[in-house]
Amino acid sequence: MAKIDTAFFDLSKLEEMANNDTVIHRIDPRIKVLVASIFVLCVVSFHKYTISAILPFGLFLIIVMGLAEIPAFFLLKKIVLVSPFAIMVGIFNPLFDQQPIMVLGAITITGGCVSFVSILLRFGLCVGAVFVLIASTGFNTICLAMVKLGMPKIFAVQLLMLYRYIFVLIEEGLRMYQAMTLRTFHGRAIAMKTYMHLAGQLLLRTLDRAQRIHLAMLCRGFDGNIRIRQSLGMARIDLFFLAVSFAILLLMRCYNIPAMFGRLISGIT
Amino acid sequence: MSHHIVEVHNLSYTYADGTNAVDDISFRIHHGESVAVVGANGAGKSTLLLHLNGYLTPQNGKVRIGDFPLTQKTIKDIRKTVGMVFQNSDDQLFMPTVYDDVAFGPLNLGLPAEEVEQRVLEALSRTNAEHLKDRPPYKLSGGEKRAVAIATVLAMSPDILVMDEPTSNLDPRARRSLIDLLAGFHHTKIIATHDLDMVLDLCERTIVILDGKIMADGPTLEIFQNTDLLVTCHLEKPLRMQPCPVLKPKVLK
Repeated sequence: MAKIDTAFFDLSKLEEMANNDTVIHRIDPRIKVLVASIFVLCVVSFHKYTISAILPFGLFLIIVMGLAEIPAFFLLKKIVLVSPFAIMVGIFNPLFDQQPIMVLGAITITGGCVSFVSILLRFGLCVGAVFVLIASTGFNTICLAMVKLGMPKIFAVQLLMLYRYIFVLIEEGLRMYQAMTLRTFHGRAIAMKTYMHLAGQLLLRTLDRAQRIHLAMLCRGFDGNIRIRQSLGMARIDLFFLAVSFAILLLMRCYNIPAMFGRLISGIT
Repeated sequence: MSHHIVEVHNLSYTYADGTNAVDDISFRIHHGESVAVVGANGAGKSTLLLHLNGYLTPQNGKVRIGDFPLTQKTIKDIRKTVGMVFQNSDDQLFMPTVYDDVAFGPLNLGLPAEEVEQRVLEALSRTNAEHLKDRPPYKLSGGEKRAVAIATVLAMSPDILVMDEPTSNLDPRARRSLIDLLAGFHHTKIIATHDLDMVLDLCERTIVILDGKIMADGPTLEIFQNTDLLVTCHLEKPLRMQPCPVLKPKVLK
């Protein structure tokens, strides 16, 4: 039980990290949002069997992560925590796609296996990129940046509320889970019906709670506009970062760099 | 604004499920007054308070805060005037750090950055919570949370403070420092509570509510001496006004 607690509450650590002060943190949030979107677009636009050409994107992410001083293990844990979704998406690929792609001695690697790995890789990179973005910018600031970039305000507010709601939901859920486990003995399985009640309760409770938090926001003058402490200002270094990242990402998208290196070293064309 | 009057006139509110939470309540609170609203659980205290900052709009009757009647148009001004401290501090603190949380209000008022900073630090120092400013609110102790919650409200510099159970869930020492803190404020204060000993310390006037109706409204000491009234309203004399249970039998002997 304690394990679930800590894993989820770590989420807010992302926000704490956003208050650090590093090269990446100081970049204008709009630039960071743009670079992250280009990154995600590039990664998802590869052919379904691609693996090697995606790898350099991992390197890019690791470098940015290092510059932003985000602990890699923490990020990895977060990615693993949400990975079930990606696994569900790709789990049947190896069964459906039996076309052999490569034969390594006795082992035949099918297209399904390759595309499954590719999905996981892409997923890891995209989620990782978003986590790095949040950890180096802060969610409020990201929303503000997106509004400045032209996203309608109402979407931004929705996103903000959703983000707040997740924390509320988790907290309430944990409390109910705790109450339930304290009255469940000898690991006896809990009836499906109980879970249904729990889910309904959770929804009602969190709605109530979310309403109170919204009230607290209203009481302090929240009017749908997002305001942050730091003022946005584009400096030359920001544009430089944008240009360099854009060039690198495009290069990695258009050329299979690992394969080129391989050819260079082995001399096989 | 010259005078911070809170006026409630024939206010009624019925919830969708038919609960008549507030039933024809009228009172008038003057500038600088400190008033306790006491009553049983579910007597309608919280519903009444929700009207004072415009979260609920009156179904019947009128609410007037200072110079403004409470309507959709004046709601923003009213929320600037009335600072509300919630019963559960966790509901009130929603930003990643204490500093951000206290700054949320002033930023929404559209103040320039230096002014925001100044207000935040001032509010935190008034509630003796400067040392918490970089901590995440959900990791604070109950007393610290309450102090920060009050700071978030003070940073908006309201004229009227409305508090729902400010001393609930606090240890005796945190409770005492909260009472001392509140005693130092010169705002108009409206406090809904069950902590009648605190009422003795802070409020010269008390309004007693039962089933959405005002049962009594007058000087605190007078009301607390009326045992019958207190019993009808599910209340008890403050401990300080009760005879000592240890000594009483000996005295009687």
